[in-house]
Amino acid sequence: MAEVSDPSEPTEPIEPTEPIESTESIDSDGPDMAEKTARSFDTSDSSPPLLEAKGLTKRFPGVVANDSVDLTLHEGEILGLLGENGAGKSTLVKMLFGIHQPDEGEIYFRGERVTNDGPGDAIARGIAMVHQHFQLVPPLTVAENIVLGAEPTSGGFFQRRAAEARVKEISEQYGLTVNPRDIVDDLPVGIQQRVEILKALYRGARLLILDEPTAVLTPQETDELLAILRDLAADGVGIIFITHKLREVLEVTDRVTVLRGGKGVGTSTTKGATTASLAEMMVGRSVVFRVEKPEAETGDVVLRVQDLKVRDQRRQMAVDGASLEVAAGEILGVAGVEGNGQRELVEAITGIRPIVGGSATVLDQRVVHKPRTVRDMGVAYIPEDRERDGLVGTYSIADNMVLASYNRPPFATRGVRDFDQVDDLAERLVEEFDVRTPGIDVAVQTLSGGNKQKVIVARELSVPKALVVASQPTRGVDVGSIEFIHEQLVAARDAGAAVLLVSAELDEIFSLADRIAVLYEGRIVTTLDPNTTTREEVGLFMAGGGERAPH
Amino acid sequence: MGRLVATATPDTDIGTTRRAEPSAMVRWATRNWLTILAIVAVIIGTYFAYQWDSRQTTAVAAGTIRQATPLILAGMCGLVGERSGIINIGIEGQMLLAAFCGFMVTSYSVDALTSGPALAAGIIAAMAVAAVAGLFLAWTAIRLKMDQIIAGTVINIFAIGATSFFFVQGRTMPKVPNWTVSSLEEIPLIGRLFFDHGPLTYAAFAVVALFHVTMFHTRWGLRTRAIGEHPGAADTVGVKVLRLRYVNLAIGGALAGLAGFSLLQSAGVFNRGMTNGKGFIALAVMIFGRWRPMGVLAAALIFGFFNAMQSQLQFKQAFDIPPQFFGMIPFVLTIAVLAIAGVRARPPAAVGQPFESE
Repeated sequence: MAEVSDPSEPTEPIEPTEPIESTESIDSDGPDMAEKTARSFDTSDSSPPLLEAKGLTKRFPGVVANDSVDLTLHEGEILGLLGENGAGKSTLVKMLFGIHQPDEGEIYFRGERVTNDGPGDAIARGIAMVHQHFQLVPPLTVAENIVLGAEPTSGGFFQRRAAEARVKEISEQYGLTVNPRDIVDDLPVGIQQRVEILKALYRGARLLILDEPTAVLTPQETDELLAILRDLAADGVGIIFITHKLREVLEVTDRVTVLRGGKGVGTSTTKGATTASLAEMMVGRSVVFRVEKPEAETGDVVLRVQDLKVRDQRRQMAVDGASLEVAAGEILGVAGVEGNGQRELVEAITGIRPIVGGSATVLDQRVVHKPRTVRDMGVAYIPEDRERDGLVGTYSIADNMVLASYNRPPFATRGVRDFDQVDDLAERLVEEFDVRTPGIDVAVQTLSGGNKQKVIVARELSVPKALVVASQPTRGVDVGSIEFIHEQLVAARDAGAAVLLVSAELDEIFSLADRIAVLYEGRIVTTLDPNTTTREEVGLFMAGGGERAPH
Repeated sequence: MGRLVATATPDTDIGTTRRAEPSAMVRWATRNWLTILAIVAVIIGTYFAYQWDSRQTTAVAAGTIRQATPLILAGMCGLVGERSGIINIGIEGQMLLAAFCGFMVTSYSVDALTSGPALAAGIIAAMAVAAVAGLFLAWTAIRLKMDQIIAGTVINIFAIGATSFFFVQGRTMPKVPNWTVSSLEEIPLIGRLFFDHGPLTYAAFAVVALFHVTMFHTRWGLRTRAIGEHPGAADTVGVKVLRLRYVNLAIGGALAGLAGFSLLQSAGVFNRGMTNGKGFIALAVMIFGRWRPMGVLAAALIFGFFNAMQSQLQFKQAFDIPPQFFGMIPFVLTIAVLAIAGVRARPPAAVGQPFESE
């Protein structure tokens, strides 16, 4: 709220930061706009807002996660909280919920200054949070989960019937249909989320914080959730709704606060906003940093993915009919909001996850559910989670360099390892790939993120490969290493490899990719030319907004 | 068996409208049909065995109950711990310490007190020392975040060493009297089976009933189950996870103490290493009983039965096999049970993991 127009009225809730003409009619707003405008907030009323945060600042070692962020929420209002990964949304709500304590700034709840010393405090005040990972005890029933910690008892005996009756009552009151006797473990995720919301309501929550609640939901479950949120708001509950998905923001929120790099960019009324305007606020207008790279000289198609279907951990079809091709000598950047099937796509192509429909071929050889076989087909893999999938933390750098080849000549002969060969290789790669380390015998877990990633890049790219699959290759890596890794990917391309780059960072996609494919809900919705498209256009497709035919 | 279920539910073709809500009895029966079947089978089997050889059958039946006693109590100790999220591999050591302290306290106090109060003092001492060992385990697991298997092993090794070192050969204690119900114990088989045991045997059955009720029908039970499955969820709604774990490990320890003293009840004297693996068998009993009090009871009775059979066979010398082979039965059974039941058993999800609130 750095841009409040009239400082004499600090509680004024509607503060459009973007110069949006209120008379302008916008098509994308949808039919429920009328209902939304009808729900007005009496700004002339002197009663304070439900929640007001002023100048919240939180520093962690090395980073300022939140830098003087302001936020206001009224009763019965749904506030969208937007921002890219690492923008500081989670830190902000964790401060509101008492998990973190702000270093600076004040929080007012119902007009009173509060310090929430832990979640227990926040819950007692009527602030509840629905975490992305549910806080439910799977083998207990719905009713038991809801009342846990505040059980109706009589002489120490748990009043099961009373608990079930109360749950039934609240669930009917808010239209959150659940069966109190169901075992939570047996319920689909959407219903489990209802249980979480009921838990909050049972404790009399007046402010509900939802941290990316739709990330785990199917589209149908999402629609149900949004309807529930509207009902709750109509009942006077204030809701803070964190999401990446702009469509949901437009559909359900009254106002939007946008964070970027830990700072509040501004707050705007949802009415009048479009996916394009929100994306612009979120991403900002930072210049795309382009890596020096010559024009791609593409050869034959190396990776061919046709109508691919892959299930995720929850057995949902995460990749649902994706098709793409990558030719030798080009980088195909796959852009998309996280959770649209990136992980499953990459793991299917590298043979880690089974393919349930369609096909993927590398140099006309079918990809099978055997990582080792796929690797032998000439596929290099830089995984998204390097600690888990890319390295053995307690092994030395040298051993990590030969994780895939330790049992083959020249690193082993007839089952006996040749450590001299391994050390020679490691010494050479550490030098060549600029891994900053005291020596090759150091356990790889002691290295910094950037150097760990360089070890993986060295292992994967030191030998020419037909296909390089790089998933979030620079996540959590320092600026210098990012540049180096980018250069290596371009070098692999120029050496004739097909490169599939999956990244949540649009900057990375724009600076590296020769073509941009947008992944949305498990499908490649379009393929764009980075020279002619814009970030806004890509962002629109990422949010499911672009419905035009691919060019 | 399918036919049995079908006859238990009312006819589906006629009067479908009346079938809306089956009575509580019917629901209970359909849910527990396997248990009911097992009980009926045991009763029938025992009846025919009794017809065939009444003396043997009575001895084995009474032996089953007697042998099951320490396993029930120790199994309940394991259950209370694991339901709260802490593996207790030190039950063996807790029992041994309890048996030793119970024996010493009884033995030294019997002159000052009379035998009854001395036995009571011994039982209290046994429960106290095992509860302290339980608290020690909780402390290492919660405060030191030590590996719980290692912490339990520490208790076991300490117990063997300490009890062997301080044990004085030749001391005696008064016999734990059997509590009989006059005239009822005269009933053939039934009398010996149900009304002629030491007090700790009755206590074991009472403990099972008590924990069945408390585990599933009280606030304590609900919270205990929650902290063993998902302590983080319990913590966010204000349950004091660590405090409850301390309390439950102390309660479990007291049960292990009773289990230890029940060994004195049948042996009449303390011997070095007298637990003889029962604390470990109790863990198998707990797993076989699926972490439920009634399950522990049933599993302990099965193990007790094989133990009783084993001693009868050794005693009778019915077969020309060295008695050590019969002595192996309980342990072979333990391995078999863990191999078979262990596949499908689902322990509390958070068991063995240290918990730190956010």
